[in-house]
Amino acid sequence: MTRSRPKLEWRDVTKRFGDVTVLDRLNLSVETGRSMVIIGGSGQGKSVMIKLALGLVAPDRGKVLLDGRGLPGFGGHVQRRLLARSGVLFQSAALFDSLTVWENVAFRLINADGVPRKAARRRALDALARVRLDEAVADVFPSALSGGMQKRVGLARAIAADPQVLFFDEPTTGLDPVTAAVINELIVDQVRRLGGTAISITHDLASARRIGDQIAMLHEGQIVWQGAPGELDQTSNPHVRSFVGR
Amino acid sequence: MAPAAALTPVRAVGRLALLSLQTVGAVSLFTLRSLQAIVLGPWFPGQILRQLAAIGFFSLPVVGLTAVFTGAALALNIYTGGGRFNAEQIMPQIVALGITRELGPVLAALMLAGRVSATIAAEIGAMRATEQIDAMKTLSTDPFGYLVAPRLVAAVIALPILTVVADIIGIAGGWAVAVGFLDFNPTVYIRATVDFVQAGDVGTGLLKAMVFGLIVALMGCYHGYRATGGARGVGRATTNAVVSAAILIFASDYLLTTLFTQR
Repeated sequence: MTRSRPKLEWRDVTKRFGDVTVLDRLNLSVETGRSMVIIGGSGQGKSVMIKLALGLVAPDRGKVLLDGRGLPGFGGHVQRRLLARSGVLFQSAALFDSLTVWENVAFRLINADGVPRKAARRRALDALARVRLDEAVADVFPSALSGGMQKRVGLARAIAADPQVLFFDEPTTGLDPVTAAVINELIVDQVRRLGGTAISITHDLASARRIGDQIAMLHEGQIVWQGAPGELDQTSNPHVRSFVGR
Repeated sequence: MAPAAALTPVRAVGRLALLSLQTVGAVSLFTLRSLQAIVLGPWFPGQILRQLAAIGFFSLPVVGLTAVFTGAALALNIYTGGGRFNAEQIMPQIVALGITRELGPVLAALMLAGRVSATIAAEIGAMRATEQIDAMKTLSTDPFGYLVAPRLVAAVIALPILTVVADIIGIAGGWAVAVGFLDFNPTVYIRATVDFVQAGDVGTGLLKAMVFGLIVALMGCYHGYRATGGARGVGRATTNAVVSAAILIFASDYLLTTLFTQR
């Protein structure tokens, strides 16, 4: 079987915060077109992995590669290129509370891509429709929406510019099972529709099984297991067995 | 006394010195990064207009009220002091000079430090706490360009305008007291003020106001941007923004006054 080349790769990455080593010579690669889910307990450094990939924090050692090229750090050309082609759904949705829903969704289009407001609104409404949100919510402020709806708006904002790489940070945390299932389906739909590469982090196993075609387990700063969702229940890896509750 | 114990005060002084240098360095870097965003763009004119309204227009009532009462109180104090030398008639000139060169810009800046630095620090701090600033970066938008630069530009424009308003209202406060309670002739008071005040007096106040405007917005942005620790951190950032802005306003006021004073 031919392996496609990695879209994104963490190579020998170490990250410390004070005296605490969060990631310890971590290696992981995500192939183009795959949906990789990183699982692990709280405080294991899953969010840090995404922040490193987005250049929001810098590694102490090692590097993150995009299409085989190193991300040189904050404001670098390659980082800007990655950001221009990526969409991120944050754990808290991270919607701008001073802007309306459609302005949130169209934020990149208006402020970074220079799309006129009228055209940007049209594209925002289209993105909202893709996450099954009605036009009626477009002109309200995020604070008027439920947590599940805010996550959907966050997803619409992430996909509005048709990104090639999607990052999902705990997409179902804090949601009831029904809403979580809806978010999972929307993520699967949108990743499939865009045909891009997705990297998700979660400690919700049901979500991981649904949205990932590859799962990696992060434990004490290192990837200790990697496999297909179906292999989760067969592995003898003690960390995975403990995490899935077997 | 053991040698290690004897060194404790030295260590404390050293730690304080290092912390001070660290803070000065961080503020300097933040300022340079902000100025870079102002000069190089991208620019967000809509944000600048919004901030002009928030910082300038909505501060008019508080600045106006402060100025009118200060002008009135200043007039009474100068009248009392002048009376000790039989020099009550010098009151219009001293009120005008005191307000245009000193009290107008300083009081407007202090009102803005309380109102605007706090608001900016709370807004940006809350955005930091809820990952909105990270989200902005991932949406290919520089937070310095979108959040910091418009606030700095707006404050540097708004504070001189507010100072002009404070100057006029402050002098009017002095006039009202002088005419209403101290039997000054209204026309003579205005004539004395207009004849005495020079363009340089007003210009000095406006230059001060521009520097104070930069300080007010910069302290709000700096402390908000570096806020950590959730709601408590945002509260701390708000307090630090107001306190540091007020201290820097007084310190820079002294330096600028020294610079502008002819000996």
